[in-house]
Amino acid sequence: MVQLICQHLSLGYDGHEILHNLYFKINAGDYLCIVGENGSGKSTLMKTILGLQAPLSGKIVTGDGLRKNEIGYLPQQTLVQRDFPASVWEVVLSGCQNRQGLRPFYNVEEKRLAHENIEKMGLSSLTDRCYRELSGGQQQRVLLARALCATKKMLLLDEPVSGLDPVVTEEMYCLIESINREDGITVVMITHDIHAALKYANRILHIGESVFIGSKEAYMKSKFSDGFAGQGGVR
Amino acid sequence: MNGWEKLILYFQYPFVRYALIVGVLIALCSSLLGVTLVLKRFSFIGDGLSHVAFGAMAIAAVFGMTNEMPLVLVVTIVSAVLLLRTGQNAKIKGDAAVAMISVGALAIGYLLMNLFAKSSNLSGDVCSTLFGSTSILTLTQTEVWLCVLLSVVVTAIFVLFYHKIFAVTFDEGFAKATGTNAGLYNLMIAVVVAVVIVLAMNLVGSLLISALVIFPALSAMRVFKSFRAVTICSAVLSVCCAFVGILISIVGGTPVGSTIVAVDIAAFGGFSGAGIILGGMKK
Ligand SMILES: Nc1ncnc2c1ncn2[C@@H]1O[C@H](COP(=O)(O)OP(=O)(O)OP(=O)(O)O)[C@@H](O)[C@H]1O
Ligand SMILES: [Mg+2]
Repeated sequence: MVQLICQHLSLGYDGHEILHNLYFKINAGDYLCIVGENGSGKSTLMKTILGLQAPLSGKIVTGDGLRKNEIGYLPQQTLVQRDFPASVWEVVLSGCQNRQGLRPFYNVEEKRLAHENIEKMGLSSLTDRCYRELSGGQQQRVLLARALCATKKMLLLDEPVSGLDPVVTEEMYCLIESINREDGITVVMITHDIHAALKYANRILHIGESVFIGSKEAYMKSKFSDGFAGQGGVR
Repeated sequence: MNGWEKLILYFQYPFVRYALIVGVLIALCSSLLGVTLVLKRFSFIGDGLSHVAFGAMAIAAVFGMTNEMPLVLVVTIVSAVLLLRTGQNAKIKGDAAVAMISVGALAIGYLLMNLFAKSSNLSGDVCSTLFGSTSILTLTQTEVWLCVLLSVVVTAIFVLFYHKIFAVTFDEGFAKATGTNAGLYNLMIAVVVAVVIVLAMNLVGSLLISALVIFPALSAMRVFKSFRAVTICSAVLSVCCAFVGILISIVGGTPVGSTIVAVDIAAFGGFSGAGIILGGMKK
């Protein structure tokens, strides 16, 4: 089942084009990794998929009944004001916002979900701490927990493991894999960790000068894996 | 006659009770909105919008309108919406945008008045937008009821949309991306802010409204670290400060607005101290 089609998408800022005529589909249950150099437009593509930014041309069509409030998102950076008073609990719970509709308060089910994701991220001891007083890696885990709360069908992650220590990184990959395999949630992940991309993803989107989209196996055989992911291909 | 007897005596007069009710309610509304405004970097929106309202009054005067209130309200709401709705993608951000609109409106308004106005009492008009055209001690019963109604509506909106306001204020991009109608909620916040500011401006003046927006929120942020605690604390603090300020001003015969602000400043000092001590204890 196709959940999302990007049709002849051109992306850019202020009329300046970064990506030209991109066409690809995302199927339900996919684990798609987006790779490419710094500044190649990966984050821009993700923001466009989420509707945070208008494409220069082309459009994004959703299928299979995918609605906007069924998507979880982890931004690459969150510009949270330095003095914003917000506890870890409040931040994670705000991920359930899209389940709430017009109901003014969170119900038991949503609070349970938030607790569950806090536990999954190993944040139980930090629940009442102030978000801005956490370390970078801890903040990243809080935002991941929030993204998980918002996820029902699709999860978009922009460099989820940046700033995490090796142990937590490994845990994170396992967690994302289990979300994908067991809960059947579509995962779209931007990463520079080509080893992980080749280990976990079933499809790869490589963007840059020229674009590649296809299965992991096809990617390893293609010319793209030579230069950019040389070491990855050897393994 | 000691202070207590003086208070009892004064409370026999309805205008004293009205002043107390209106002062406390406006303090409540502005402190509820204050937390969001301070965090969105719109601390000075009270000042900015009051200058816009002044500009609108000037235009109304030029066209010889008798009832300027509707025009002022509409122009102010539109400005508030333009300012607040632009959100995180704006090219000109928070404080700079407010400063631009406020200075611009003030200049244009003053220019228009100079060119066309029949009234020669310019400084008087400017002054009344800054310190309130109707003094808080000369309120009519209708104004009091209007204020009560408004406060109930504002508080209800705030409580009902509390979680959405938090989500939109904390991370607008995430809220939008995951299907929350951030634009709509920003619009709602903007309209409520504009209505509160226009009405409060007439009653207590824009200087006081800015103080009521800024001080309780900043004081609460010294001590508390969660959004909920900060919101509750700033509401309680603002109400207490307004209450105490009005009592002092009645007994001491000091100007009401300035006294409330002075009490707010004292509270801010106290909370800063408490924040430092609490911070020190944790380490
Ligand atoms: N707000 C913006 N305004 C104008 N240009 C931008 C803006 N954000 C990004 N760009 C430009 O768009 C290009 C793509 O940026 P993008 O953030 O999508 O890269 P990326 O692939 O995510 O890079 P990275 O691997 O470093 O995260 C860059 O050349 C950047 O300079
Ligand atoms: Mg990026």
